[in-house]
Amino acid sequence: MKILFPLLVVIILVGLVFMGVQEANLHLLFGIIIPYVSVTIFILGVIARVVNWSRSPVPFRIPTTCGQQKSLSWIKRDCLENPSNAVGVIGRMALEILTFRSLFRNTQTELKQGPYLVYHEEKLLWLAALAFHWSFLIVVIRHFRLFIEPIPGCLSLLCSLDGFMEIGSPVVFLSGVALLGAVSFLLLRRILSPKISYISLTADYFPLFLIIAIAASGILMRYFVKVDVIDIKAYTLGLLSLHPVIPADVSVIFYIHLFLVCVLLVYIPFSKLMHLGGIFLSPTRNMANNNRLKRHINPWNYPVKVHTYEEYEEHFREKMKQVGIPVEKE
Amino acid sequence: MAKEPKPQEIISQINYNPPQKSWMDIPVEMKEGMFCYGAKEKSLQTLDFPNVRSWSVLEEDWKLPEKWDKIVLEGIAERLKKYRSFKIFMDICVRCGACADKCHFFLGSGDPKNMPVLRAELLRSIYRKNFTAAGKILGKLAGARKLTLNVLKEWWYYFYQCSECRRCSVFCPYGIDTAEITIIARELLNLLGLNIEWIAGPAANCYLKGNHLGLEPHTIKNSIDFLVDEIEEKTGVRVSPTFNRKGAEILFVTPSGDLFADPGTYTCMGYLMLFHELGLDYTWSTYASEGGNFGFFTSMELAKRLNTKIYAEAKRLGVKWILGGECGHMWRVINQYMDTFNGPADFLEVPTSPITGTKFENAKSTKMTHISEFTADLIKHKKLNLDPRRNDHLKVTFHDSCNVARGMGMFEEPRYVIKNVCNHFYEMPENTIREKTFCCGSGSGLNASENMEMRLRGGLPRANAVKYVQEQYGVNMLACICAIDRAALPPLMNYWVPGVDVTGVTELVANALVMKGEKKRTTNLRGEDLSVEEKADV
Amino acid sequence: MYDKNKIIPGLIIFVGIVAFPFFYNLVTADYKPEPSLDTPVINKMSKKQCVRPKDFMKTEHMKVLHEWRDSVVRYGEREYGVIDGVKYEKSLQKTCMQCHSNKKDFCDRCHTYVDVKPYCWNCHIAPEGKEE
Repeated sequence: MKILFPLLVVIILVGLVFMGVQEANLHLLFGIIIPYVSVTIFILGVIARVVNWSRSPVPFRIPTTCGQQKSLSWIKRDCLENPSNAVGVIGRMALEILTFRSLFRNTQTELKQGPYLVYHEEKLLWLAALAFHWSFLIVVIRHFRLFIEPIPGCLSLLCSLDGFMEIGSPVVFLSGVALLGAVSFLLLRRILSPKISYISLTADYFPLFLIIAIAASGILMRYFVKVDVIDIKAYTLGLLSLHPVIPADVSVIFYIHLFLVCVLLVYIPFSKLMHLGGIFLSPTRNMANNNRLKRHINPWNYPVKVHTYEEYEEHFREKMKQVGIPVEKE
Repeated sequence: MAKEPKPQEIISQINYNPPQKSWMDIPVEMKEGMFCYGAKEKSLQTLDFPNVRSWSVLEEDWKLPEKWDKIVLEGIAERLKKYRSFKIFMDICVRCGACADKCHFFLGSGDPKNMPVLRAELLRSIYRKNFTAAGKILGKLAGARKLTLNVLKEWWYYFYQCSECRRCSVFCPYGIDTAEITIIARELLNLLGLNIEWIAGPAANCYLKGNHLGLEPHTIKNSIDFLVDEIEEKTGVRVSPTFNRKGAEILFVTPSGDLFADPGTYTCMGYLMLFHELGLDYTWSTYASEGGNFGFFTSMELAKRLNTKIYAEAKRLGVKWILGGECGHMWRVINQYMDTFNGPADFLEVPTSPITGTKFENAKSTKMTHISEFTADLIKHKKLNLDPRRNDHLKVTFHDSCNVARGMGMFEEPRYVIKNVCNHFYEMPENTIREKTFCCGSGSGLNASENMEMRLRGGLPRANAVKYVQEQYGVNMLACICAIDRAALPPLMNYWVPGVDVTGVTELVANALVMKGEKKRTTNLRGEDLSVEEKADV
Repeated sequence: MYDKNKIIPGLIIFVGIVAFPFFYNLVTADYKPEPSLDTPVINKMSKKQCVRPKDFMKTEHMKVLHEWRDSVVRYGEREYGVIDGVKYEKSLQKTCMQCHSNKKDFCDRCHTYVDVKPYCWNCHIAPEGKEE
């Protein structure tokens, strides 16, 4: 159920565009209205979500320290895993965001006869996650060749690098293959690993199916069910320069691709995919461990009921005097 | 008390593969030996906590207030406004599963709800149902569920089966910290008077009497006097500690557990000997006689209420700075919370070692320094006359306490000290030390006796790593810098790794410390024969 | 505590990146390239036609060329077929470029537009455009 339902939803979404474009001729809706609306929702949704997060303060400085603290001058401190200043924090966050540092630590535990608990290196998840996110990023950036004109040299260089194997015509973009491969691995892992499958929710499968469908439709369109990419670029430039024009006759596969991307854009702000923003705000990672060096202020700190020394001495004065512990009031 | 299972029984029961049935459909079952008794009426009353009543975990009726669910939901709403961490950690988990097998309670029980991700989902599912659009509309499909009495009991069972050790947070790609979630969940439970007595009792003691054990001032004095006699008997040196002395340079604060039971008392003797040898101008306090903070395992407010005493006493006595003893969660509170709770400590000075002159710049604002930082500095400056051969009968390994490791990052200081006072030191396997260290299984107030099975299960990964170095190198001593460890690890070692004893680092220091005017030492602090040749005259 | 000084710039950067294509297009004209058919050979043709229909060639020419290359280089099959009495050979230079001798105004216009860099010219010598 948790797997089939999201799959069904993605199939229905595809069916919806197919019917809408092919049968009902809703080109205006799918080609112009939905893209504009979804980009708007995406931008505003992400902002709203981040602003909502930022409205709650970080009352305490709670970094998870993963390396030697800064203490005595002769002890080598770990500036990245346990940063004590802003530069270190930037380094730690960069490692985390760009290389998934924490995921790299992953191990898999096995209970062997003995008993012995054995911790195996488990880098596959890290590798797949890294491949997935980076290829996704490259794919998105690469799409800018269809969004802007003229194409800047750096973008052109990226496309050349992505296709440097020069397989086939049109040239195979490696990032697309990597994306589909990695996302498929992540899906298979979720389904086949008993532990991961047990903790997975519908909301974990849906984006996977959606992204697989987006990547598959993109790949289909580039290599198999050909579309006129010149028309498409002219159309996107129209959209982006706010003079939208519906392309004459672009294959329905393009509308499917476009619509699924729109669904993804709308889905991001309302889902776990907001981890892309959340990681920046994670207090266990984005704070320096300089708690004893620099006072952190809690904006909602309030006076609390305490048991004062006077009350304590009042209670124990005689006993204290008996054993010679000094008191304030004789 | 439940019958203690045999090690083999526990091992054979562990299965890391989850059951067929979805976790949401498996109601919580209160297993004997796996939970602590509920908080007593009197403790709740002392602490001014709501819903004061006598209740029992195993009874159906927990005597909750009428609109308990409303109280919980309002409690969640309030905490979402107060803690960004709570919002973020509720929102961004992608259930990648990296944390699943990182929790010692999961590794020792195989109970899927002990996977950090599911522990968080217990609360997240209620958050979704009541605070997100998707959860309200799609319900179970969005991973949401209604807050029922069963869910509440499940929370109680599993959030008092998390020791807030933060190991999962090290492996999480977003740094989601289950300790933070557990802290908040326990705050919610405490809105309904649902604490455990092992936390509420010590916290109440600490509130009224200044320490968890409830030692009254004269008892503290007597306990320490007893240790003073012991020291004299072993070393021939009479140390003379002072109490509540105004004008002392340093206030020394350590967990009260060290005054009371072995092997903590040996560590305490170590402090007394070290400070005497240095001629340190310091004082104990009977009012701030607790370094630990069981309030931290209850609510931030109670943590602050208990923590207040340290600065208040430092101010009253007019000391220059504060030195802290060996303790785990105490140091998380001091390192990450104290200054924010009760600072600024502008009436104190930057801690400066009167012996070496070293300024502890890293404690410039909080003005409190760790005994290991202090001792490491002394050793580095060769201010201690040490004879490590006295510890030659020991093959030592070091257990990084969770809070000191992941809430502070103090790894090298205690190691440096140990290596200077012991000749035989061996590290446990890499995945079980430093930031990846395993909890003793009894942290965050779970070191009661009625939940012994849970403690033994939770302590399995730690014990297993000790077993490895025992077999490889013949390790027979587990050193630590945490009072809960000193209380919890001996039974754990006894059960899983017989033949390994537990010690505080300062005990090792004291045994190696050649004191001025001492007699020829024939035994160590534990009264065990020393068979080494003494160092030449001092 | 609230980190507004970091979050607000962060959000501005986010919007900047997402809206970048919009801004870019505000300052550039959107246009669609028209490949030129103005070559001596095409101008002479009474019925202007290619080896396959125009719409097919628009989207499939790269595949056609790829198949041609493989069949010529690997299997030595050079004949494409006879269309309207004209025999065509599977050859970029002898067939395609015969009519489309204006690479710059024909091939390159679209290829540049969508950043396609065909590797035909790694081996083949690109024809000199008239203007060059």
